[in-house]
Amino acid sequence: MSLEVKTVQPNVIVNPTVSKPESKLKGFLSQLLMNKAATVGAFIIIIYILLAVFAPLIAPYSPYEIDLENKMMPPSSDHWMGTDDKGRDILSRILYGSRLSMGVGFAAVLFGAFIGIIFGLVAGYYGRWVDTVIMRIMDVMLAFPGILLALAIIAALGPSLINVTIAVGAFSVPLFARIVRGSTLEVKRLEYIDAIRSLGANDFTIIFKHIFPNILSPIIVQATLRLATAILSAAGLSFLGLGAQPPSPEWGTMLSSGRDFLFSAPFIALFPGIAISILVLGFNIFGDGLRDAFDPRMKK
Amino acid sequence: MMMFILRRIFQTIPVMIGVTFVVFFIMQLVPGDPAVLLAGEGASKETIEGIREQLGLNQPLYVQYTDYLMNIFRGDLGVSLKNSQPVLDEILVRLPITIELAFFSILITIVLGMAAGIISAIKPYSLTDVSVMLIALLGISLPSFWFGLMLMYLFSVKLQILPVAGWDSILHIILPAVTLGAGGAAIVARMTRSSMLEVIRQDYIRTARSKGLRETVIIYKHALRNALIPVITVVGLQFGALLGGTVLVESIFAINGLGRMIVDAIRMRDLPIVQGGVLCASLIFVIVNLFVDIFYRFFNKRIELN
Repeated sequence: MSLEVKTVQPNVIVNPTVSKPESKLKGFLSQLLMNKAATVGAFIIIIYILLAVFAPLIAPYSPYEIDLENKMMPPSSDHWMGTDDKGRDILSRILYGSRLSMGVGFAAVLFGAFIGIIFGLVAGYYGRWVDTVIMRIMDVMLAFPGILLALAIIAALGPSLINVTIAVGAFSVPLFARIVRGSTLEVKRLEYIDAIRSLGANDFTIIFKHIFPNILSPIIVQATLRLATAILSAAGLSFLGLGAQPPSPEWGTMLSSGRDFLFSAPFIALFPGIAISILVLGFNIFGDGLRDAFDPRMKK
Repeated sequence: MMMFILRRIFQTIPVMIGVTFVVFFIMQLVPGDPAVLLAGEGASKETIEGIREQLGLNQPLYVQYTDYLMNIFRGDLGVSLKNSQPVLDEILVRLPITIELAFFSILITIVLGMAAGIISAIKPYSLTDVSVMLIALLGISLPSFWFGLMLMYLFSVKLQILPVAGWDSILHIILPAVTLGAGGAAIVARMTRSSMLEVIRQDYIRTARSKGLRETVIIYKHALRNALIPVITVVGLQFGALLGGTVLVESIFAINGLGRMIVDAIRMRDLPIVQGGVLCASLIFVIVNLFVDIFYRFFNKRIELN
């Protein structure tokens, strides 16, 4: 015998007015578009994604093509961002590198969010000792300053781009868990959850079908802002030689190689740094805009 | 207040033990047999077995962890695989340098961040406010390792007014401290501004204005005191980011601190050093957070009493 659970439009904290999903989305999008900074942020991110996807079509040279005759050439019409110590075209390497740097950032945040969301949902929904155990573990993970937890994980697993992804992701887990737990605690007290429970829905259905979709807003905001941090952390770890290894065009690795030629060819380190900064700026301002758009206090 | 302090200290102990557990557990993820790793390639079966026996690696994990915890209490963090020196000795040589760097960086974070936040909040939405907040946004987005290199290029290579690397004089501290403190300053500036703006809109500020008090008195005596409370928490959190950041900054400026020690140890697979270094930095962070919490409570209490 199966009980059919009707979808109840919840009266959720993020949007206190009960309305159709389409109008909610429309309202959110118009709120987001009104925020100029967020629009600029979204524009930057879209441009970077397009550049990464179409890198093979846009890049004027191969990112690995060595040309020792033209090494450390300053920016010119042939090489817009100059060439590195092996004569490789910096622009082409940055274009291809965007795939790696953004890929690691996205993968790390997805990994961290996935585990953090499950922990947060379970802790918030079941409460009591389950909540205490999970959240104390998260507190301990948050007790590691900055990227030190990631460093310890890399020390154990060995330096590589995949291990950097795992390490940076692990370092995001407690942040997602905290946010999701808080939102779950609020949503699970709402009447519609009691209604669904009385209709016979099991915990899994309640958590993933009825609570999770209604706490997406803070998760999306956190994920966007975490992407900025994840990209910075992953590039930082590669800069230290603990992530991507040369000749990979990963931005942190490029910066690290550029450091040795700071006196003679500063542009080798200059351009990858600008590429990271603009992308991180994009995620930061888009994240800020998303937060404002989701915040009911901002809606007048 | 005393009860609060005691309760916070009591709450910190399980977190500290948890940190030792996580560090111990992560090191168990090392692929392969640690005894084989320590003995090196081509070691005899007897040698490997001897190491296993000596380090207690043949014991169950919970026994190994208890031994590890007891050794920490005795100040024994193991020995470096590279030079056989006690890990604690290595840490004690490097730690003062990192603390000095962290101190100057947090000073820059607080002074620069709060000044910028106040300037912005005094005239919100003015050109100054927009410019300061734009710089702060850039400050949050710049990778510290790149910012450090660019500062080095400008001040050491081009202008030749500051040394490139090392840790001998106050001049050596400037660039690393600015590199490390700038990101935090940007976050503190944003927080100070929003906190100040919130306070400035309160009724008691309006009352102070209607009483005819001077703007400087209103800002510095009435608004800032209340606006500072949330800023204290942010500064405390920034200290953690800063401790983690020393890893990158010390590597860029060739400073022999704790962060560089950890990175070098990872490259050389000197796991006891990594374990000890990460543990030490994390415990410092936990203790700093404890002080920030107590300070926050004290500050809040004083305002309540006033």
